[in-house]
Amino acid sequence: MKRLIVLTAFALLALSPARADENADLAAIKAEIGAMNAKIHSLEVRLAKAEGDARQARAEASRVKAPVAVASNAASQTAQTFDQAQTAAPAAPTPQAPAEAVTSEAAAPPPPSSPPASNNAFNPGIAAVLNGFYVASSRDTQKQRILGVAAGDESGLPLRGFSLGESEVSLAANIDPELSGFLDFSMKDDNSLSVEEAYILTKDLPYGLTVKAGRFLSGIGYLNERHAHDWSFSDASLPYRAFLNSQYGDDGIQVRWLAPTDQFLEFGAEAFRGDAYPAANAQHGGQGTFTAFVHTGNDIDESSSYLAALSYLHSRAENRATGNGDLFTGNDDLGIASLVYKWAPEGNPTVRNLTLASELFYGREQGLYDGQAFGQNRFGWYAQGVYQFMPQWSVGLRYAGIDTQNPGPLLSGSPLDDLGHGPRAETALLEYDTSEFGRLRLQYTHDESDLKPNDEILLQYTVIYGPHGAHRY
Amino acid sequence: MRKLVIAAALGVLGLSSTAQANVSIFACEPEWGALAKEVGGDKVSVYNATTGAQDPHQIQARPSLIAKARGADLTVCDGAELEIGWLPMILQQADNPKIAVGQPGAFDATNYVHLLEQPSRLDRAEGDIHAAGNPHIQTDPRMMLPISHALAARLAQIDPGDAAYFGQRESDFEKRWTAAIAKWTQEAAPLRGINIAVQHHAWIYMENWLGLHEVVPLEPKPGVPPSSGYLAEVLQKLQATPAKFVIRAAYEDDRPSEFIAEHAGIPAVKLPFTVGGTDGAKDLFSLYEDTISRMLAGLKK
Repeated sequence: MKRLIVLTAFALLALSPARADENADLAAIKAEIGAMNAKIHSLEVRLAKAEGDARQARAEASRVKAPVAVASNAASQTAQTFDQAQTAAPAAPTPQAPAEAVTSEAAAPPPPSSPPASNNAFNPGIAAVLNGFYVASSRDTQKQRILGVAAGDESGLPLRGFSLGESEVSLAANIDPELSGFLDFSMKDDNSLSVEEAYILTKDLPYGLTVKAGRFLSGIGYLNERHAHDWSFSDASLPYRAFLNSQYGDDGIQVRWLAPTDQFLEFGAEAFRGDAYPAANAQHGGQGTFTAFVHTGNDIDESSSYLAALSYLHSRAENRATGNGDLFTGNDDLGIASLVYKWAPEGNPTVRNLTLASELFYGREQGLYDGQAFGQNRFGWYAQGVYQFMPQWSVGLRYAGIDTQNPGPLLSGSPLDDLGHGPRAETALLEYDTSEFGRLRLQYTHDESDLKPNDEILLQYTVIYGPHGAHRY
Repeated sequence: MRKLVIAAALGVLGLSSTAQANVSIFACEPEWGALAKEVGGDKVSVYNATTGAQDPHQIQARPSLIAKARGADLTVCDGAELEIGWLPMILQQADNPKIAVGQPGAFDATNYVHLLEQPSRLDRAEGDIHAAGNPHIQTDPRMMLPISHALAARLAQIDPGDAAYFGQRESDFEKRWTAAIAKWTQEAAPLRGINIAVQHHAWIYMENWLGLHEVVPLEPKPGVPPSSGYLAEVLQKLQATPAKFVIRAAYEDDRPSEFIAEHAGIPAVKLPFTVGGTDGAKDLFSLYEDTISRMLAGLKK
């Protein structure tokens, strides 16, 4: 009995060796189809030309109000060419002339448009992001500290008065079938130019793998990977400013793997040079920062969806200078838990939609601060909501805070000492979008990150022009 | 006993992979999902990325869409930049070489028909215009014929084993569809030559098919929501050239068309625009049946 079953199983399996032959056949068929496709393409090109002729002829015919014999003649020729194209394809089972059925008034069969032949046809997509701020504040925004952390030089608020903020120019293109490239220049208020991102990205690695290499924004957290113009508020929230110098990006490599599941599940890991805050001076032979993250998300129902993420960042700093020449040498570990929820009636965000986002930060910095050994646990969070209540108009609220452990008596009074005062900030937003490419914002912030609170009113415009990639979730 | 189970499992696996060559399709809009089902039958599985309640121009690149695109063998989309605001991000994040732009697994319906209204000037000051022409081809059922034809060929390319099946289904569909078009065209005869107002300029192919005359769109420029000042202009135009009714797609904000309907004293007619847009538009055939019966009802009001 057992033997019989085994035999049956082998018999069933024997089907699969037969498939080897089938595969060979398939390959042959595929090759044939490929050849046919090429043929179809050449016919399509001729067809497009014929169609152009037909159109021209029609135009002329109508201009002189003569009978359109010439045009219809040309058009029927076109239809013939189309028929030939269809008949040539073995895979196309019913070579009737659908073109005639489609077109009522005049014959105008499918015209695959021919690509432009100019020498700039392969230019990359160039997009510009322009920004402008006006800030009125009760205190000088450049003198406001975030108590309890040795924050980096990009952690501050926009300048008081009129300023440009950050303008960006990006160039994006496919390099070849396997790689695409992205380059993003950023111009700061002080006319300094920096390369914000410059990376290559793989396009067709198997098994859901993607590799990114170069300079790029880390995939940790929810907001980190987004460019500032894609944030829901005009500035970064308090924990991003305090712990990540607003945003973490550096030179390195990233590997992502998207699991083949209906539930969106993505794993990623990165290694960076370790020059950017909270790292400094490229430790471990220029591999001073490591990160790992996992993203997951799905639809909850027709109207709502979510994205959740867990991220971890480890970095090493050697003589990281902040503030007035304070030096830090040591390790920084940071974990981030992120949750984003989006709602739109029946999944249609055009008229009304809501986005809720919250992230929790928990980390530890330890080592030597100005020669003083210390270890400090740090905690931060923000919660924000933006509601579009009618087309073009939205309102938002954000609440953010950080708490840091007392660094010990020897460092009391240093930037690491929050003086018993946990920084907090509350922000309200009113936004008007001129279109998906233009945006005006009015933002009010009550900021208690320093001992004396700062009240700030901010006006901002942000515009994007040129071919700009679609935005992330 | 254990051997038995393993053998049986192997046998079943071996069988299932030969018996059912399934093409997993990611359809950008429900009308293309429905067409893919007509042609592909039970040899394809179709996931519709959007619904009739959603604006195909403006879809959020949700995690669920990325996960579905990851496993797809074929995308069936409108093309002509209709999905440019979201699909590229999904394709990038899904990182599925099979459905990358230019691959056999990327099928754009607008590549197989003649697009109208190719703008002579590309300028964002003109609003949400599409360089390749007006992409809303599904409003004319005659478009489905060359597209189903091309789709059958594409399915055969991806799944050569079922080429004959797809061909047979396609020719069957073509017969039924040609008959249905004749029937709809006849039913819609009373609509020929009437004036209509439209909310978004998305109906030119249907207007061509049924001989409707569009007096005015309610959007000052494509994709730009109307201001009250612009709606007053529209009312003036409608006074000079009265329209029988004002149409809008099911996914669109009903306020502009309701406002015009009230002030111009004409019915506002909601049309499905795609499969699932209204309860009546259950499949590809009832999409056009429902569209015509709604307009005929609007004519009688």
